Amino acid sequence: MSIWLHDFTRRFGDNTVISRLNLDIAPGEFVALVGRSGCGKTTLLRALAGLDDVGDQDVKVPSARAVVFQDARLLPWKRVWQNVTLGLRGSNPRRRAEAALREVELGHRLEAWPLTLSGGEAQRAALARALVREPELLLLDEPFAALDALTRIKMHELVVQLWRAHKPAVVLVTHDVSEAVALADRILLMERGQIAVEERVDSARRSDLAYQQALRETLLSHLGVERESAPRVTQPDPTLHLSPQVST
Amino acid sequence: MSFARSRWVSPLLLLALWEVGAVTGVIPRRTLASPHEVISTFAEMVSSGELGRNLLVSFGRIAAGLAIGVTVGIALALVAGLSREGEAAVDSPVQMLRSLPSLALSPLFIVWFGIGETPKIALIAFGVTFPVYLNLYGGIRGVDKRLLDAARSLGLTRREQIMHVILPGALPSLLVGLRYALSLAVLVLVVAEQINASQGLGYLINEARDFMRTEVIVVCLVVYAGLGLLFDKLIRTVEHRALAWRPQLVED
Repeated sequence: MSIWLHDFTRRFGDNTVISRLNLDIAPGEFVALVGRSGCGKTTLLRALAGLDDVGDQDVKVPSARAVVFQDARLLPWKRVWQNVTLGLRGSNPRRRAEAALREVELGHRLEAWPLTLSGGEAQRAALARALVREPELLLLDEPFAALDALTRIKMHELVVQLWRAHKPAVVLVTHDVSEAVALADRILLMERGQIAVEERVDSARRSDLAYQQALRETLLSHLGVERESAPRVTQPDPTLHLSPQVST
Repeated sequence: MSFARSRWVSPLLLLALWEVGAVTGVIPRRTLASPHEVISTFAEMVSSGELGRNLLVSFGRIAAGLAIGVTVGIALALVAGLSREGEAAVDSPVQMLRSLPSLALSPLFIVWFGIGETPKIALIAFGVTFPVYLNLYGGIRGVDKRLLDAARSLGLTRREQIMHVILPGALPSLLVGLRYALSLAVLVLVVAEQINASQGLGYLINEARDFMRTEVIVVCLVVYAGLGLLFDKLIRTVEHRALAWRPQLVED
């Protein structure tokens, strides 16, 4: 089942945050949404997540959807496995939760209290909580932004692996262009409430550093980040986060 | 060294000074009875059942007052906290009433309820309603909106959100409110029992005052303090169990 928004507009008072936006996502597609803060990407994600009422606009989103936020948002008063079963319908929720937690390598932390988890563990628990619902649409709202570089690389690998196993459509909101290039099939750059640039990522060439670099630069120049100085492939760019393919 | 640093040393020293002062007559008996008299009076009052009987009466008043006040406080806070209509209907009158010092109501309560048990229990109930209401209401309204968003994104119904997110999130605030309520209940009890009581700790103190029996007064004061400590311990135990998820408690 595909997902779409046609002519989607969102206003808060006089402020038009999203104006006449069109977006189609194929089943199982991995889409990254980049843009500067205030460009409307969070508002778009909230609309896709069903957190904001979109009225009677032309929006088609599967009801089987789940969100992973930047902060894991686990309920601190419920044990890890209980957080995963939260709102889970159907039979044997506990067993399904445990299986999901094992899949994100948290099988040893089932009974832990969330506040005792590390940032990476909490985020993996949040991923398990999302995946246990077998969503057709998985929304990731900057889920790696608060993690350290090494944990982030591991999380990238985990997300890709889970995506291949479960095949949900994914919308990853990020401010990190390298992350988008490393993970997504398609990168959408939002500007002033619209999709300004759309880039397809050729997965066959994804591991090609020069290709990656060119893609990154295209996107960064659209974002208004132009840097004349020095080679960038061999020297890690301090403004860009590490991602699996550029771990030189 | 460890003896000099022990926290017990100075209280025991003060107690010894008090005893010496009382025995030598520096502290007159009508001002303050000596510690050994207080202890023997305490033992007598316990063995004769006088203390137990009166303590039970006071305890009953606190329990009844708390049961009513806490129930009303929780109910009002749920109504005001969980709906905008409820907030509009409940919050402003409660905020107005709360500015009344509950003890100042005792004349009115005597006019309304006479001088039996009712005004005493009513005073305690009235007093403890507000700390429970204010803390729980604040706790419900202060629940992390991001957690509620997450709960909604997981498809929790409003009812499930209340059960799994709002109420557990407000529980720490409720416990703070209960702690205030318990200490306030003891305070109001002291005053309420001065109203023409014929039994209870306040009655014992009043009677002792009339006969200038300072040792009985001191025994009652110690019992009041003991009640306060007991209630504090009670709340701590409940907190420890109910808030086991808090890291500082987990690490214990």
